[in-house]
Amino acid sequence: MTFMSIIIITAIASLLIAGVFLAALIWSIRDGQYDDDFAPPNRILFDDPKKTNNK
Amino acid sequence: MYEILNENDLCTYYELNQHPGSQQLQQKRKNKFAYLDKEEVVSQLIAFADDQQVHVTFSVPQMHCSSCLWLLEHLGSLQKGILTARVNFVQKEVFVVYDKNQTTLREVVETMSAIGYEPYLSMSAGKRRKPKNYSRITQISIAGFCFANIMMLSLPEYFSVSNYLQEKTGTAFRYIGLVLALPVFFYCSREFFANAYSSIKTKYLNIDTSIALAILLTFVRSLYNLFVLDGNTYFDSMSGIVFFMLVGRWAQDRTQQSLVFDRDYKSFFPIAVNVKRNESVEAALIGDLKEKDIIEVYDQEIIPADAVLAKGKAVIDYSFVTGESIPRQIEPGSLIYAGGKQLGERIELMVLKKSDQGYLTNLWNKEGRSNTDNRKLLHRISNYFTLIVFALTFASALFWLIKGEYNTMWNALTTTLIVACPCALLLASTFTNGNVMRILSRSGLYLKNADIITNMARIKHIVLDKTGTITLNKNFNVSYKGKPLTDYEKRLVASLSRHSTHPLSKAIYGHLKMKQLVAVDSFSNLPGKGIEGWIDDHHIKTGSREFVQPASANENPSNTSRVFIWIDGIVPGVFELENVYRPGLTTMLQSIRKKFNLSILSGDNNAEYDRLANMTGPGTDIFFNQSPEDKYNYVTQLQTSGTEVLMAGDGLNDAGALRKSDVGIAVMEGNNSFTPASDGIISAAAFTSLDEMLTFSRNAARVITISFVVSVLYNIIGLYFALQGLLAPVIAAILMPASTISIVLITFLMSEWYGRRLKRLKR
Repeated sequence: MTFMSIIIITAIASLLIAGVFLAALIWSIRDGQYDDDFAPPNRILFDDPKKTNNK
Repeated sequence: MYEILNENDLCTYYELNQHPGSQQLQQKRKNKFAYLDKEEVVSQLIAFADDQQVHVTFSVPQMHCSSCLWLLEHLGSLQKGILTARVNFVQKEVFVVYDKNQTTLREVVETMSAIGYEPYLSMSAGKRRKPKNYSRITQISIAGFCFANIMMLSLPEYFSVSNYLQEKTGTAFRYIGLVLALPVFFYCSREFFANAYSSIKTKYLNIDTSIALAILLTFVRSLYNLFVLDGNTYFDSMSGIVFFMLVGRWAQDRTQQSLVFDRDYKSFFPIAVNVKRNESVEAALIGDLKEKDIIEVYDQEIIPADAVLAKGKAVIDYSFVTGESIPRQIEPGSLIYAGGKQLGERIELMVLKKSDQGYLTNLWNKEGRSNTDNRKLLHRISNYFTLIVFALTFASALFWLIKGEYNTMWNALTTTLIVACPCALLLASTFTNGNVMRILSRSGLYLKNADIITNMARIKHIVLDKTGTITLNKNFNVSYKGKPLTDYEKRLVASLSRHSTHPLSKAIYGHLKMKQLVAVDSFSNLPGKGIEGWIDDHHIKTGSREFVQPASANENPSNTSRVFIWIDGIVPGVFELENVYRPGLTTMLQSIRKKFNLSILSGDNNAEYDRLANMTGPGTDIFFNQSPEDKYNYVTQLQTSGTEVLMAGDGLNDAGALRKSDVGIAVMEGNNSFTPASDGIISAAAFTSLDEMLTFSRNAARVITISFVVSVLYNIIGLYFALQGLLAPVIAAILMPASTISIVLITFLMSEWYGRRLKRLKR
């Protein structure tokens, strides 16, 4: 084992971390979060209802 | 609250303003949702309930804009007790959570209806949650992940400088590569292996067979290299192949979906109905119908949308929808489903649900025969193609094996299998036809399905109906000859004519301008002859001379259409209506004569012969006094003499002939009836472009041929390099979806170019 072989461990570690993110992506797809691509972009543009004090 | 109402007005402006006098309907609807108070009903519709919360998902097909989205998600401000409302716009659904102690399901639904978003409640709606299929997108994600990472780990193999990195880390990285390749091979490529297996079983080889073989070979070769030879591995190529193939498939599916979507929601279905707006009647396309619109439906017309019977006697024939040919009598206030055909008098209906022209198109396609010959041919071609590719591959592999160059052999083997792509053969016709349909419908011709285009390209003989097809349906000059009619008699004739959609009846009705009409006790329409009915104990008939007074003396021919009147046994006189031909007809007939054989059939007398002969020139058959059977027989006779016939008619009295001809086109002017017997509907304003459209369909066939040629060229060039082993597998894997995309682009651009001469219809 030379000093360069540390790269094998770092490669495996980074792959594992990336794998966690992949799992999260697949989970969110299966959860249906990407089904509606119209509503979320429009939803963020709505204003909050202003409190009207006129009665 | 004011702002909410403001938004409210913006979106429901048109719906609220149309019916200021509809208090009565409001009253009826107050109790419309009374059934939602019942516990059994509620439990069937909701998704979840406990002591406090109730979850329910409503289908709201009316939502179409971001204002709708805003309004529906702020339901909580409109109805106390609604805790959450979340919209899934693509599915047109809203998920509502309400507090059962503060409000009820009925109140929620009533609130939604009041703002114009009445939910489409169906008892089975709650249970129809079918799980969506995410497997392909999951496979793409995993394949992409593994492909990219394996490639990264293969960098030492590509870039090693004097093998330094390779020695140190090479083997370890190769094994990691193997681990990453396993999910790609066993999970992501499932579809290719499954399709290849079934294609071998049915002995119809297809493109998946080659791809599966390529994947298998690359994987096996890499394993062999890794364990036995300790040499280079090609897991990156293998996962690249899988990834790019899956992406290409996904892109294909999306394009096909968007073509279908286009057809259903955006394309022009040129059927219009009369809608009563305030006191006047306007024609509206059925795609523009809204809930609560009052529409008129006449005898023999198809109901365009789910609606409630408001006025008139409805006898509905659902044979178009269910195949059941016994017509049903419908009570006022009951629901009539889209697709049913009214038999009898004119009725008024209130639209319940926005019409779904995709639904009507599906029913239309159920009617006729479908053309599967093209598809069988494509399957056979793809079969032979794959066999040839296999032969070439193994031949070249043998060649390199004998020469002793193993590396080149493996390269040649795998890349040949990938590069050879019969995609264009399968895709070219689908994409081209989709484009052609789109271009034709924006120019005014709406086809039942894509197979009609190939039939159109083969047409040799055109048969045109006269009345309503080459003559205008409006602008009749009406004059009356005979004993003058009393007001009462005029009223009887007008009341009867009102129920008929025949252009001559409509012209008479318009001419008489009677305000007070009498209700008709019975009405029947005899195509090709006339209409008859009983009003106030009087028996009335209007129509041709033979119909009204059989065995009468020969009449003098005149250059007008004649409608004879018969009341209780006496013929007081005859309405004469002058024919007005469509503008641009002469030029169109001349240009048709240049490329096709032309015939004109008419149910009228032969007085128009000279005028028509002048317009068409010599060599055209013009026949008069044709009954519907005569027209049918004429078409049959032409077909038996071996020529393909296109018939254009108005669908009222030539349904049989339309169905028999190779392509039957119904001409729609304004709000005529929808004829399921036809293969296509052309808008009257676009009728004079018919010959250009036929030329366009011939060009479409040319586009398909050209894209075949391009695809063959691509294959030849690709194989030239692949067989020599000069192509790296990854490059081959990228080239394949690239070729698909380029074929799509070529067909799109070419069909647009050929269609540039077709004028877009102003709607």
